[in-house]
Amino acid sequence: MQYQAEVTIELKTGMLDPEGTTIKRALQHLGYDTESVKTAKMYTIELEADNEQSARENVNEMCQKLIANPIIHNYSISMREKQ
Amino acid sequence: MTIGIIQFGGSNCDLDVLHILKDEMGVDAELVWYKEENLKRFEGIVIPGGFSYGDYLRAGAIAARTPIMTSIHKLANEGKPIIGICNGFQILTESGLLDGALTTNDYPKFRCENTYLRVETRDTPFTSRFRKGEVLNIPIAHMEGNFYADEPILSMLDDNEQVVFRYVDNNGKVSDDANPNGSLENIAGIVNAKKNVLGMMPHPERASESILGSEDGLRIFESMVDFIQ
Repeated sequence: MQYQAEVTIELKTGMLDPEGTTIKRALQHLGYDTESVKTAKMYTIELEADNEQSARENVNEMCQKLIANPIIHNYSISMREKQ
Repeated sequence: MTIGIIQFGGSNCDLDVLHILKDEMGVDAELVWYKEENLKRFEGIVIPGGFSYGDYLRAGAIAARTPIMTSIHKLANEGKPIIGICNGFQILTESGLLDGALTTNDYPKFRCENTYLRVETRDTPFTSRFRKGEVLNIPIAHMEGNFYADEPILSMLDDNEQVVFRYVDNNGKVSDDANPNGSLENIAGIVNAKKNVLGMMPHPERASESILGSEDGLRIFESMVDFIQ
């Protein structure tokens, strides 16, 4: 079956996010009162798998091995079957 | 004795390292394209700077997972000296040969300028030609040089004297002003626990000839060659 995963990679809490801070400053210049801005990257991955659990395990392994750096990142995976 | 200089698509300063080793020091050195997997003939390795794979995903992340890195892991396990400079440092952390990670500079700008570094230990194959506490003038050129590691790893690096260089002012003092990128504890370079793998953000090959304004970097390569011989 065809699955589509959305993988979101975020910096761990407490880590500097210079891009987020810069965007926050720019928003403040525009007059928006923002408490904080954090950046994240999202990857959309399409893959074949027998079932949702095996698709999820597969994508989780991809995150561990390449897509995320466990020293600095948290990640989450949302999976859906592709129609 | 031959030193291999690894080239990925997007490496830079590879030719500068070759020039310093061959022309300035008279050492046998060779460029090695990343598709080569047999590195047995090399007594030492330099992974130069640059923007391998366009810094896609994260700086160094993709180069770190190419097959040549398996061969470099083997050489590292055999105790051979390996230096990663700038992108080379990022590749070494991404590949797990060195601890920590290099993230975006605290002020998110590409910084290309001279920095002062303090030699924190002579007890590595790369710093035997220095005095402990000596201040070096070696330039940086990076946007992702902000060294990060969690507290247990940082303490371990300190306790084992694995921090080799810190950013300092010209009097050799660690300060926030002297820190170009937000690195924790002003860390500019570290070694692995066995001390035969060095990663550093500053570019020693850009400070290895008097015509370049500093020769401080040369002694890093000379120390490495001493160690091999």
